[in-house]
Amino acid sequence: MPELLPLLKCTGLDIDIGNVVVTRGLEFTIESGQCWCVLGRNGIGKTTLLHTLAGLRASRSGSIELNATPLYQLSRRKVAQKLGILLQHQEDNFPATVAETVLQGRHPHLHSWQWESAEDHCIAMQAIARLGLSGYEARNIQTLSGGERQRVSIATLLAQETELLLLDEPTNHLDLHHRLQVLETLVSHGRQTNRAVLMVLHDINLAARFADHVLLLLGDGESHLGKKEQILETTALERLYGHPLTRIETPHGPAWLPQ
Amino acid sequence: MHQTRTRPLLLALSAATLLGGWFSLNSGSVPVAVWDAIQHPQTLNAQVLWELRLPRTLTAFITGALLGIAGTLMQVLLRNPLADPYILGVSGGASVGALFAILAGAGTLLLQSSAFAGALFSTLLVFSLAHGRGNWDTTRLLLTGVVLAAGWGALISLLLVTSPGTRVQGMLFWLMGDLSSATMPLAGSLVLILIAPLAFFLSASLNLLAGGELKAASLGVAIGRLRLIIYILASLATATAVTQAGNVGFIGLIAPHMLRLAGARDHRLLVPGVILLGGTLLLIADALSRMVLAPRQLPVGILTALLGVPLFLYLLYRSGRTQDA
Repeated sequence: MPELLPLLKCTGLDIDIGNVVVTRGLEFTIESGQCWCVLGRNGIGKTTLLHTLAGLRASRSGSIELNATPLYQLSRRKVAQKLGILLQHQEDNFPATVAETVLQGRHPHLHSWQWESAEDHCIAMQAIARLGLSGYEARNIQTLSGGERQRVSIATLLAQETELLLLDEPTNHLDLHHRLQVLETLVSHGRQTNRAVLMVLHDINLAARFADHVLLLLGDGESHLGKKEQILETTALERLYGHPLTRIETPHGPAWLPQ
Repeated sequence: MHQTRTRPLLLALSAATLLGGWFSLNSGSVPVAVWDAIQHPQTLNAQVLWELRLPRTLTAFITGALLGIAGTLMQVLLRNPLADPYILGVSGGASVGALFAILAGAGTLLLQSSAFAGALFSTLLVFSLAHGRGNWDTTRLLLTGVVLAAGWGALISLLLVTSPGTRVQGMLFWLMGDLSSATMPLAGSLVLILIAPLAFFLSASLNLLAGGELKAASLGVAIGRLRLIIYILASLATATAVTQAGNVGFIGLIAPHMLRLAGARDHRLLVPGVILLGGTLLLIADALSRMVLAPRQLPVGILTALLGVPLFLYLLYRSGRTQDA
């Protein structure tokens, strides 16, 4: 077993967005090699939680530590060297090629006056290949399909080479094959390299398959978290989504179908 | 890797700048043999060259370069490819200042001071109104600027219709952009020397900001500070350009787009490129404005718009077609 290091530690985290209470007193620690999954209804504050953990917005109170240093003490550049986030929306107002976009993932590792080295190009090209985008390098991102654009964003994130990945609906726009392939790349490869992942998903069965820890956001600041086996059970999930579910056993473990 | 691709474009632009400069020094209502004038500094030709053509050529280049930078910065700040240096009302404020000075019969120095004061006032007004109670989102900034620019527009019209006819022609020349009273652009050169390296230093962050504020922040850019610096640099560049030459249109809008379409999407190439291209375009337009109806001179803004409109429409049409393909 590799040594487990606390990458991200939240203590007494209170998060609000407008009048919506997202979390109250949220406490958890993400260690290297772990994969956490956040589940919750639409508008419950999953994206807000991710943005707060990435330091992109302020929490109401509580502390977030990245590698035992309070997040607010770190420059954006230092944060981006350790923590990468996959955003839900992309703004593509200006033309750029796939290669240029993925290469931007190297930005936190470069100084303002530095051009990317041959090694940076190599890292970007590997990320492109791992997401099955070889041959797309010169394509304008404005002309890509939703699924292709999503894989470009994930490749950019991989090129950033961070120890912690926060993923906001990584399977958005992806077909069945690419959903599994992308999660395999991000999570399973992450475990081998001691990278940690925290992702927002809407698919309970993908969560059950890939995560080892689960965080349920139930609204009004209420949350449940822990090992997957303890948290993912039918009553809790029915309460989470307000919809009756049937649990079935499969060779890969339990799965849930809506009734 | 990148450097090898960027060198040819910047070399070609530098060559175009030198050729444009030579063309500008040689053209005007009086034929001046440039070599001859340099060799015989006591002649009338030399006087025309050193006291009229050279200051005007330099002013044209610096104004165009500043407008190019300002346009590039505004497009990234507002993440709107159709933004130009004047979109947030900086030039409107400058125009109102300048028109008041012309109405009062002021000389060049007072006119320029008044225009610069107007630009500064408008910049601060937009900033404080858009800043509101701390949140400074792009839509709010854009709306504040555009609405204020419309207000300045109304004031300009009011000044034009109520001013005595003798002053109106001078006002119209200024509003359309005019380099005929250009002097040695000392202040303009200083501003360009200050802004160009800063803009180049920011260019890697500009690449990221073009893809959205959250994305830029997630890749290590301190967004709040960057936005503020961009706004200040773009406003200062625009205010200086407008003070020197009035409202020269289209350079700030089309120069960045021409470079993007030529493959310079990376701001580390786009920023130096737009300095050379913006400057060169205005040099050539200004030289043509002296030649087309010689010995009469046209306001250079008419030439940039006459050349700029079809060029820009063509580029838009072409980019529309390649995206469909």
